[in-house]
Amino acid sequence: MAQTREAAIVGIHEYPLRVAPGVSALQIKAASASKALEDAGLSWQDVDAVYDTGSHQNIGGLGISEYFGLNPRLIDNTSVGGTSYEVQAHHAATMIASGKANVALLTYGSTAHSDRRAIGTAGATGQGSPTPFNNMEDPWGMTLISGYGMVKARHMHQYGTTNEQFAEISVATRYHAMRNPEAVEAMTALEFVGVNEITTQDVLDSRMIAWPLHLLECCMVSDGGGAVVIASKEVAKNCKKSPVWIIGGAEATKYRENGGDITVSAGAQSGPRAFEDAGVSPNEIDVLMAYDSFSITVMCMIEDLGFCKKGEGGDYVSQGILKFDQKGGPALNTDGGGLSSNHPGERGIFLLLEATRQMRGESTSQVDGAKLAVAVGNGGQLGARHATSPTILAAD
Amino acid sequence: MTLRPQPRFPEPDTEPFWEATKEKNLVYQTCDNPDCTDKVIFYPRAHCDTCGGLKTSWNTSKGEGVVYTYSVVMQSRHPAFKDLGPYAVAYVDLDEGFRMMTNVINVDNPISDIQIGMKVKLVWQEQGEGEISLPMFEPA
Repeated sequence: MAQTREAAIVGIHEYPLRVAPGVSALQIKAASASKALEDAGLSWQDVDAVYDTGSHQNIGGLGISEYFGLNPRLIDNTSVGGTSYEVQAHHAATMIASGKANVALLTYGSTAHSDRRAIGTAGATGQGSPTPFNNMEDPWGMTLISGYGMVKARHMHQYGTTNEQFAEISVATRYHAMRNPEAVEAMTALEFVGVNEITTQDVLDSRMIAWPLHLLECCMVSDGGGAVVIASKEVAKNCKKSPVWIIGGAEATKYRENGGDITVSAGAQSGPRAFEDAGVSPNEIDVLMAYDSFSITVMCMIEDLGFCKKGEGGDYVSQGILKFDQKGGPALNTDGGGLSSNHPGERGIFLLLEATRQMRGESTSQVDGAKLAVAVGNGGQLGARHATSPTILAAD
Repeated sequence: MTLRPQPRFPEPDTEPFWEATKEKNLVYQTCDNPDCTDKVIFYPRAHCDTCGGLKTSWNTSKGEGVVYTYSVVMQSRHPAFKDLGPYAVAYVDLDEGFRMMTNVINVDNPISDIQIGMKVKLVWQEQGEGEISLPMFEPA
């Protein structure tokens, strides 16, 4: 399929604070929207499409439109956890290409840290309307982290992947975080034990949260948010900065199946579709922004999107190629990732933000001459039910 | 002791499963459509997730299977689990062809005493007089 350049990311903003007491999720969204539109050189009322996950303060596209003071002609409430923003970007680019809208606004805000939400370790609340899957999971005390732990354990069993190999993901991510002042500030504000570069041994020595996942393989719980403005090529021409084209996108779901392979994510379906949509292949990608809720999530994304064969991710990540200043494969999570920079619950928007910075040449771990980036989100829970959505971006 | 999160009702898809646990029966469904290519349905629901058929039958499992994968929770903030010490959450593949979330119990050290592929058998953890029981597994 021929590559099309009909819609582009023209404005971005990452809310700088990871500890933001006294600020609401909605305020983070509005502040980020304002800054992202300023970054684009567009005005507030230029927005004619509003995308919202509805997952914070329970306000979806309708309520957020009122709160912002906008009257969009497109509303999209897609909410699939951490990858919501890749799915929304796919939808927005498609709708803009079809002429249904010109300027789409995606926003995210969360106060997960200040709310003291124990996202990874709280287990089931036993509240809300019962669902069949809650009734078949909650009584056994699976925490979110142990759900991912089950995938890692199976990966190690099935392919011989080692803890040292998984740790490489954390090491490369921290290497990038230490070059990003906002990430350093985040780790400091969240009282990380060591705000410094780490070794694989540091990861293995960190305490076990849910075997076989160590602390340094798990993302932080921060406050934060951001915004992305996506515009038609006609609008993009007159924006302040070079457009970053959305050239491909795809979505897929995966869940616990009788006899299924838990190590294969939905990315095995959506990855090839996204690359076909974009008309590019994995070996052309300069930057890989892969959702690092946990080390295992990244391992699955690398394999399932085809950067290496299934089961060979351990060897792939051990070649020393994940860092921004190394050749041989795309740089991984150059902002510092959810492991070391920003994870307020749904990290997907930050994947788009950093991929855009790389395509603009604005990253704190800038890959020389970067032309193509993949932002791949993973939402839900990898070991239970999840969606995986890659967005492929190209520099102008 | 704080009770584990219990299945909650009304939730008509899984209610027959949990009713059967009161008699210590581990039940699963099969699809009645003779053309259906994958007849085992789990978790329970009123339709077949392969063909969409609406006629299903309940069957009782022998309660024998293997550990597909597991994780050992070292840190839980849930009141019912936080003082348990390390415990194993697992997916077990039952011989009848369904995979369920459960706990593997009755081991000294869940990290080293459980292995993927290990044979396990059903044990019941009672939740109280006249209440549902929780199906769990131990080494066979």
